[in-house]
Amino acid sequence: MNRFLRLFQEHDIVLGDGAMGTMLQRLGLTSGGAPELWNVEAPEKVQSVHRGYIEAGSMIITTNSFGGTRYRLALHNLQDRVHELNKAAAAIAREVAGDKVAVAGSMGPTGELMFPLGTLSFEEAKDAFAEQAAALVEGGVDFLLIETMSALEEVQAAIEGAREAVGEDIPIAVTMTFDTRGHTMMGVSPEQALEAIYGWGIRFIGSNCGNGPEETITAMEKMAAVKPDDVILIAQSNAGVPRWQKGGEIVYDGTPEVMAQYALRVRDLGVRYIGACCGSTPDHIRAMAQALGLAPSPT
Amino acid sequence: MTQELLPFEELPKELQELYEDMQDDLYEGLADRVVEGTRQALEMGRSPHEILTYGLIGGMDIVGEDFGAGILFVPEVLMAAKAMKAAMEILRPLLTQTGSPRLGTIVLGTVKGDIHDIGKNLVGMMLEGAGFDVIDVGVNTDAETFIQTVKEHNAELLGMSALLTTTMPYMKVVIDRLAEEGLRDRVKVLVGGAPLSEAFAEDIGADAYCEDASVAVEMAKKFITLKKNAA
Repeated sequence: MNRFLRLFQEHDIVLGDGAMGTMLQRLGLTSGGAPELWNVEAPEKVQSVHRGYIEAGSMIITTNSFGGTRYRLALHNLQDRVHELNKAAAAIAREVAGDKVAVAGSMGPTGELMFPLGTLSFEEAKDAFAEQAAALVEGGVDFLLIETMSALEEVQAAIEGAREAVGEDIPIAVTMTFDTRGHTMMGVSPEQALEAIYGWGIRFIGSNCGNGPEETITAMEKMAAVKPDDVILIAQSNAGVPRWQKGGEIVYDGTPEVMAQYALRVRDLGVRYIGACCGSTPDHIRAMAQALGLAPSPT
Repeated sequence: MTQELLPFEELPKELQELYEDMQDDLYEGLADRVVEGTRQALEMGRSPHEILTYGLIGGMDIVGEDFGAGILFVPEVLMAAKAMKAAMEILRPLLTQTGSPRLGTIVLGTVKGDIHDIGKNLVGMMLEGAGFDVIDVGVNTDAETFIQTVKEHNAELLGMSALLTTTMPYMKVVIDRLAEEGLRDRVKVLVGGAPLSEAFAEDIGADAYCEDASVAVEMAKKFITLKKNAA
């Protein structure tokens, strides 16, 4: 059985992981550098982040492929390496995950606006996501996580592209970011998101990134109120928001304790896949695991 | 030179209705109809300046307000801005001939190391809609490019955007360079982007933190008014 689906058969609560990008920055990723390049140039660093999360209790780890579509990679002149970088992202995560931990293949937005707002056509978007999905599955991910989305058209393109490339056997999860007055940047409410994504046949739906736990909790309340019984909700909040310290250091204000409280609150709303996003670290995941009564897996 | 505009209320009723229809069409993002309205007003012998002010900027003001209030979101604003742009294709050459007072010039860009441009583009369109000349220097912009462009266009305003916590500190580099060039007193600096805050803007010495595109327009207008009053 698929590892990801098995997790939800065996556990009430499945603990996800925390941030990749902000962790890689701590490890020396320079501002503006492509994180995905590290999948081949510094795989041991990416794997050390994955390992940190598994040791802290994560039952799912997420590949370092958020910006892995050809459109994002083009900004670093890496558009010809989509297959290589995504496959490597999946393979290095799979290698540290073992059999118990599931690997999520991260698929973030293209960064382009879709027609008629922008120039990206539905077919072009679909092709780009198909290309990424195929490489992630080839590299060994257990499911695809379409995340941090703001436009429903792009979500649909990602789902259709992924299905076309990898078929129906690989589960797909979708999370959007409700960071603009309770809506996504493009004006989608949590209820609209849930309804549309459910309509496209997806059963793992939720919210990620954004302006911290309170905002994520509000979005989850709204989704929980309207969700059909067969939907499994996902919450992956940022660890608060970045605060500028005098002198130049930037600190996310969501402490591990804050994130532990958040984990309990979304659990009480019925959310079953609970993780974190930007600014979080293995310490945050460990605090969340303890609060949720999940013993960290033996290392 | 351009003539003073008649106050809106003193325009013939028929014309007021035409401009109000244009504003509604702009709000709905109906480019074809906004273009049609523009042509119609020109045929009636109205000045490009008047059409711009009442038909287009008047409409974009409402769009900006509703965006700030959370009634409209990015897609609606972009469609309205596109409609305005289509009408400007007709008006721009005529405005150049007849002369039209512009509010001011702003140089706008995403800072070095950062390639995110949706927010910056939105701000640019809204500023254009409000009557500013916008010089967009694109993404991944270094201090020298910002400074050179400010000098070249004699800009009163500089707007910088960043979406990453790792790139936002570069804004300070640009502001410091601006000071070294002796331009700091002349140029007001506006900053914005998801990870920014009031405290950050203050700490790096920016003149305004713009929480969203409508605040950016408000701040830009405020600085220009202050400058004109001081002159």
